[in-house]
Amino acid sequence: MAPIIEIKNLTKSYRRGNQSIMVLENLTLDINENDFLALMGPSGSGKSTLLNLIAGLDKPDSGSIIIQGIDISLLAETELAKWRADNVGFIFQFYNLIPVLTAFENVELPLILTRLSKKERKEHVHTALKLVGLEDRMDHYPGQLSGGQQQRVAIARAVVTDPAILVADEPTGDLDRVSAQEVLNLMENLSNSIGKTIVMVTHDPRAAKKAGSIMYLDKGILADAPQTSFQECV
Amino acid sequence: MLLKLLFRNAFRHKLRTFLTICGICVAILAFGLLRTVISAWYAGVDASSATRLVTRNSISLIFPLPISYKEKIRNVDGVKLVAAGSWFGAYYINEKNFFANFTVESKNYLDLYPEFVIPPDQKSSYLRERKGCVVGEKLAKRFGWKLGDTVVLKGTIYPGNWEFVVKAIYKGSHKNIDESQFFFHWEYLNETVKKFVPRRADQVGFYMIGVRSPDIAATTARAIDKMFKNSYAETLTETEKAFQMSFVSLTQTILTVIELVTMVVIVIIMVVVANTMAMSVRERMNEYAVLKTLGFGGFYITGLILGESLLITSLGGLMGIIVTFPAADAFVGAVGDFFPIFNISKETIYLDIIASIIVGIVAAVFPIKQAVTVPIASGLGRIG
Repeated sequence: MAPIIEIKNLTKSYRRGNQSIMVLENLTLDINENDFLALMGPSGSGKSTLLNLIAGLDKPDSGSIIIQGIDISLLAETELAKWRADNVGFIFQFYNLIPVLTAFENVELPLILTRLSKKERKEHVHTALKLVGLEDRMDHYPGQLSGGQQQRVAIARAVVTDPAILVADEPTGDLDRVSAQEVLNLMENLSNSIGKTIVMVTHDPRAAKKAGSIMYLDKGILADAPQTSFQECV
Repeated sequence: MLLKLLFRNAFRHKLRTFLTICGICVAILAFGLLRTVISAWYAGVDASSATRLVTRNSISLIFPLPISYKEKIRNVDGVKLVAAGSWFGAYYINEKNFFANFTVESKNYLDLYPEFVIPPDQKSSYLRERKGCVVGEKLAKRFGWKLGDTVVLKGTIYPGNWEFVVKAIYKGSHKNIDESQFFFHWEYLNETVKKFVPRRADQVGFYMIGVRSPDIAATTARAIDKMFKNSYAETLTETEKAFQMSFVSLTQTILTVIELVTMVVIVIIMVVVANTMAMSVRERMNEYAVLKTLGFGGFYITGLILGESLLITSLGGLMGIIVTFPAADAFVGAVGDFFPIFNISKETIYLDIIASIIVGIVAAVFPIKQAVTVPIASGLGRIG
């Protein structure tokens, strides 16, 4: 299968005072369409930075990130914002729902930027909420939902525009075991049944096990999985 | 949907928003009242006519001019009407009941002031009655005077009890006309003065002069003053506006201070609202980062923050404007007749609105800059 994401010689560093801290170094990586990839590694290994770069939330120092034929590292801020709205769905560790909007309104939010009519938007939101099993909670505010339910609303928001890629940063990091399992099952279903390409950052070996493939980052470069602890956990 | 988000954001912290709105309300109220005080100070100037001149003794207003100047002034080219007059300076019953009272050559004076609207029958009745007086409607209401009532004033410049009969009550042709003045016939004063203090007879405090057109006001004034140059009572002739301004200029420093205070009030509330908006935006930085992640650009973020700021300041401004009216009434009640005209003008309301909008915009500038420029990854609080 052809790669949907092609990362070539990617380098990214941050400045902290006078120091330059290398986070990703000359990273090359291909991710195929419909892949469910788990990125693992210790804290500070660069996995969230890589996710940000793939999602177009940040720009690399050098190298290219070609997604569906477009090098997003060359896009201007406004073009990048539009590209994100059209192509990427986001799932965050802490859900990041807008607390003053209902579940329905949170899911509808990304559709505001599309040309869909109000009626069409409503249909899309219903479909997305049905997909995550929360159609009956659409009028609830995030504060009235459990953590697992909030994350499912966040997943509905991520898929409502039907993006090609879903990026998830520790999606089960703030959930209890049962809720985490529900969310992972949902993501697995999105990958297997709907064919979404998912890139997920996680520390949780059980979450990684749900993914079709696992990549391990250490100090900004791809590394072999640690033989002891990681394999044991999986 | 975004409008809904804007409204809900504005009232997310109800107490904070309520207190901010109250703060703006009080600031706009103070701003409106102080602007109205300034307008009230200039009321006499604003009500002046460009076709009226005032001639007085060049040394000072307290020095009189002879009545014999009247005909000479009347003959100056461009002069249409002349009415002599004097400040009478009496009070009613006790000194607390002070009001503006003048003795004037009534026929010409009333012709010079068409803005004092008097029913024709009352006017002719007044002109016929030697002891008659004309009072403003507000003054009549203040003391409960009615047509035909006998009013006794206690003189200060012209000591003694002076008896008058209320023959006419005037209304202003527009709301900026002072309706708390009192006029009576100069002839009545002069005859009485002649009888008791003859050396003070045939003297007037000023001449009110009507000219044919505003264009010739300056040349006419110069011609009058030239005529009395080197006489024993030299004159100073100026437009009515300049004459009124000379009174205002005596208190110019107070007015400057009041104007400064109005500015300070606005700056203070600007800082308060800016602080509120900065706090709100800082708390929601994560949400703005999420919106940016979803593809909402700077335009939308700016709209949300600016809209919220303007909503809060507009509500505060509206409340401030609404409470300014009863507050102005209470203020007038408290200061008595110090300000005979104390109307909240349209200009003051417009300034209130403009001040609210400016506060809303300026208060939002820094928070907008913060929210728009913060990198998404920093806003989401996750780099690693």
